[in-house]
Amino acid sequence: MPRNNPRISADTPLDKRGRPPFNLSAVKRTVGLVMEFYPRLFPAVCILTIFSSAVSAIPSIFTQKVIAIIGEWMDGGDWATAKGLIVAQITPLIVLYVLSLIAVVLQTQLSAILTQGFLSKLRRRLFDRMQDLPIRYFDSHKHGDIMSHYTNDIDTLRELVSQSIPAVLRSGSIVVVVFCIMLWYSLPLTGMIVLGVAAMMLVSGKLGGGSARFFVAQQKSVAATEGFIQEMMAGQKVVKVFNHEAQAAADFDRLNEELCENARRAHAYANTLAPIIMNIGNILYVLIAVLGGAYLLAGLPNPSISGMALDISILVAFLNMTKQFTGNVNQLTQQVNAVVMGMAGAGRVFQLMDEEPETDNGYVTLVNAEIAPDGTVSETDHHTGHWAWKHPHGDGTLTYTELKGDVRLVDVDFSYVEGKQVLTDVNVFAEPGQKVAFVGATGAGKTTITNLINRFYDIEDGKIRYDGININKIRKADLRRSLGLVLQETNLFTGTVMDNIRYGKLDATDEECRAAARLAGADDFITRLPQGYNTPLTGNGSNLSQGQRQLLAIARAAVADPPVMILDEATSSIDTRTEAIVQRGMDKLMEDRTVFVIAHRLSTVMDSDVIMVLDHGKIIERGSHEELIAEKGTYYRLYTGAFELE
Amino acid sequence: MLKRLAECVREYKTPALLTLLFIVGEAVIEALIPFLTARLVNEIKGGIDMGEVLRLGAVLIVLALSSLACGGLAGFTSARAASGFAKNVRHDIFHKVQEFSFENIDKFSSSSLVTRMTTDINNVQMAFMMLIRIAVRSPLMLIFSIIMAYIMGGALATSFVVIIPVLVLGLVMIARHAMPAFRAVFKKYDRLNESIEENVRAMRVVKGFAREQYEKEKFGKASDDIRSDFTRAERIVACNMPLMQLCIYGNMVFVLLVGSRLVITSRGALLDVGQISAMLTYGMQILMSLMMLSMIYVMLTMSAESAKRIYEVLREESALHDPAEPVTDVRDGSIEFENVRFKYSAAAERCALEDINIRIESGMTVGILGGTGVGKSTLVQLIPRLYDATEGTVRVGGVDVRSYSLKTLRDAVAIVLQKNELFSGTIAENLRWGNADASDDELAAACRLAQADDFIRAFPDGYETHIEQGGTNVSGGQKQRLCIARALLKKPKILILDDSTSAVDTRTDALIRQGFRDYIAETTKLIIAQRVASVKDADLILVMDGGRIAAAGTHDELLASSDIYRETWEQQTKGGDADAAE
Repeated sequence: MPRNNPRISADTPLDKRGRPPFNLSAVKRTVGLVMEFYPRLFPAVCILTIFSSAVSAIPSIFTQKVIAIIGEWMDGGDWATAKGLIVAQITPLIVLYVLSLIAVVLQTQLSAILTQGFLSKLRRRLFDRMQDLPIRYFDSHKHGDIMSHYTNDIDTLRELVSQSIPAVLRSGSIVVVVFCIMLWYSLPLTGMIVLGVAAMMLVSGKLGGGSARFFVAQQKSVAATEGFIQEMMAGQKVVKVFNHEAQAAADFDRLNEELCENARRAHAYANTLAPIIMNIGNILYVLIAVLGGAYLLAGLPNPSISGMALDISILVAFLNMTKQFTGNVNQLTQQVNAVVMGMAGAGRVFQLMDEEPETDNGYVTLVNAEIAPDGTVSETDHHTGHWAWKHPHGDGTLTYTELKGDVRLVDVDFSYVEGKQVLTDVNVFAEPGQKVAFVGATGAGKTTITNLINRFYDIEDGKIRYDGININKIRKADLRRSLGLVLQETNLFTGTVMDNIRYGKLDATDEECRAAARLAGADDFITRLPQGYNTPLTGNGSNLSQGQRQLLAIARAAVADPPVMILDEATSSIDTRTEAIVQRGMDKLMEDRTVFVIAHRLSTVMDSDVIMVLDHGKIIERGSHEELIAEKGTYYRLYTGAFELE
Repeated sequence: MLKRLAECVREYKTPALLTLLFIVGEAVIEALIPFLTARLVNEIKGGIDMGEVLRLGAVLIVLALSSLACGGLAGFTSARAASGFAKNVRHDIFHKVQEFSFENIDKFSSSSLVTRMTTDINNVQMAFMMLIRIAVRSPLMLIFSIIMAYIMGGALATSFVVIIPVLVLGLVMIARHAMPAFRAVFKKYDRLNESIEENVRAMRVVKGFAREQYEKEKFGKASDDIRSDFTRAERIVACNMPLMQLCIYGNMVFVLLVGSRLVITSRGALLDVGQISAMLTYGMQILMSLMMLSMIYVMLTMSAESAKRIYEVLREESALHDPAEPVTDVRDGSIEFENVRFKYSAAAERCALEDINIRIESGMTVGILGGTGVGKSTLVQLIPRLYDATEGTVRVGGVDVRSYSLKTLRDAVAIVLQKNELFSGTIAENLRWGNADASDDELAAACRLAQADDFIRAFPDGYETHIEQGGTNVSGGQKQRLCIARALLKKPKILILDDSTSAVDTRTDALIRQGFRDYIAETTKLIIAQRVASVKDADLILVMDGGRIAAAGTHDELLASSDIYRETWEQQTKGGDADAAE
């Protein structure tokens, strides 16, 4: 986040972020993604799911037949004959069971592989896309919101893929199979069941709607409470210093009470739904039994697909199917609800994926170069210590320009948000080896200039030339590789101290890293760490002091050995005594390099070749320290201000 | 641990107990229903006596309705009990943290406290709800079903003697294998998310070094690693379903085969057809209950981790206490350190402070200088008793700080911490933390003194400007000035600024100090700074080094006597116009 432009980060917070409106396209895209990742496995798992559930729905026919046979042969007691008949029914049953078991084993094992594979690929796709997004995205989105794509939103997709979709398939296929069997046996009885189920769905729909409303209220309450907790825990020391504990606790109790009430309502609805549905199922069962019995007694005709007459064994089979049918219809509606609820999360994942990536039309690349005594530059594939810009032209010719570190900004205008000009008419000429400093109040635009040089943001008007080449023509990765960057806010990565230094140049040897650390003045404290260069760093180097972390960041930039360096408040947290100690190293580091320095502490910038004083996005003074002091302008006042106007 | 958590049920004991009662009722009825439906089926088969069918049907409908009533009521009471329980746990933790000393807060990081109050409490709430609803219901159902199965099925029920142990053994083995696998992979998963967060935060570094591709590869590897671990764990759990089905199918086939033989050979004397149907239903119920139990077992063990983490906070005792008869008036702003030694923890090898002896008169301005980690912040934090000295005495207004009530002491001593925070709300609301009753004029006066008034008025909404959480919509320097104004509103006898103007430019910094001299001359001011210029004109400057006071005196005295001070001074004015400095 650019410190001088904090307002663009004042984007919508998580809880106020609008949920994308419900549309099926999110589900479609999710399914599309799964298909893309697993074009064979996914359909296979789906088919297995449908097959295993369909097969598991059939056996009740055979069980009922067996029971009917028992009834028939019970009075005779002729086991030998009955046995044959029963085995004839049980054999297909066992075959079905075995098939179903095999399908279930395959389906559950494969879907475990599918789900985790999908999640991993999805995470990678998200992460890859995120790496390609411009810095503007990260400056204008809260880190917590970006993170929630990886945690909450992916979790929703996981549920969608591993639970909701298979459950819909499972219940759906059972419903279809059972419905067909029912139609096979009796149309009127099927009609009765359908009526009953319709009534059941009406009730559950009503209840479900109420529950959804309360769940939304609960979600809001949760967000409010968690936001408050986060804030109060982060600021707990301030709370104590101001004796604000009672007030904080009272505010919390209010939120907590509200959350409790909303949670109670939401859960009460959800908890009641299950018993209600189950018992409506029970009642339906009884009704079918009574009505079916009456129907049978009355001897009414039984229109059916099979044309069979209604008898007791069919009625009993029907009764069993009632339970199966209601149970699965109910499952189906619940899962469809879950899919709808999950849509919001799925939609948000796609929001990130649909972000416009950073564009790069650069075609000038950075190559290793050999420089002949006569000054001609030629490309080579090994490291020579010299670099050149390889510039292909429209007419097919190639030119090589030696990388020197000459950076010029000509009449540059820039704004983060349209209409709010941050830089106006900025002209900066930095010759190779020069040290150029930017001085000015917070928000004057110092950091913004450096953001433009490495193309974190693109200028609106004007030109930036690097060794005479328009930086828009240079491939971004190569441009940035040639610019060393040390920021005030030091970010280190989990890994050892050595890993962190090597980040600047991935193929650096241990010795190169040590040399860079010595140059940055970091070697001294590193060797005193318990495990020296192998000391693991965690939590952004929380086991180091702010100053030590800055030294590491300087070493990291030093190992990359770039011709141009940008030091943005790079030594602000190093106390002046230590700074004095590392000064020699810093001086050496800056030798023969073009350096842009931003510093609060004037002592850090006094020896620059040029000092630019910025005010509200304009350069108001420029010159060496002596010249600016002689000018008696803003710089002079800043400088003397440090020693009080007495 | 469980006892302490159980205490949190408090006023929700009634709904919790009612839930248990309703659930028992529901379970009993539910166990009866198949028994009666079996009779209904028999009735229909036995030639349909409509009167009997209707009678049984009516009974069944009544039972279903009462089961519905019990289940519904249990749903309500359990929701009430569980959300109330969670509320009480949250309440207890939050209030506990309010009592914490800085030492306690340091021990738990603020982010870990947040997780404990959100994710962990959620887990425990879900577990509690499970416990009062399903954990009672499933064993009950199990027992009822087994009893009914024996009543109905007689010898046929012996199939359960084989099937139940097989299933239980299988489920336990699966849970045993899966749980450690999941625990391990969850930890890895947390680390993966941490690394994403790290990456998001460090995006400027990643892009600055053009390391996008490298990061993608690194992440891809980590993600794949987790995928294979997760898949392994999930595949173990995926055995649950087939195992369950195997048992159900086995039971079905056994009941049908053996049952039919029993019925037919005994001509219905030992067993009848209805009983076979009932056996099938009860078999299903028994196996389902076992499945539920195994799920609960897994969930409870998982949430035990959360419960443990919550308990750690609840049992933590604050290290600071008010004295029995506290002094409630701070006489003046004088400060005295006598032979003070301080260690952050008893186990720490090194003392953070050693051998501190200072006397500061009321109204003095004292500057504190020194490198990072030499104990400057530690020293001033002993004054408002954010920590207690390990040895020796710290006195404010001539009285040992431990004799004051914490409130009295901290009202009199305002400290602007190095790592300061603003809270979401308007600027005025934030400022009134210093003094809830401050008038608008008082706010403006404090802000003028802190050089904040101008920029606040420049905002479109002025003092009503909304501050985002963490104060992200004001710059570092503005935030620091707001924090100073907030502290000034307390009208403290002692004001401590712990490197509180580091992001403020030198001129504004000078204006702030000028204001202090002119308007709050009688307040004792302690200023920790990096810039010598910020403390140069103080009445007393303390130079700290390695947890000790290396030198003390005025600017001129120290220039003559302290090497560290002179070096720092020269370094900071190096190359500058020495005349302008004087």
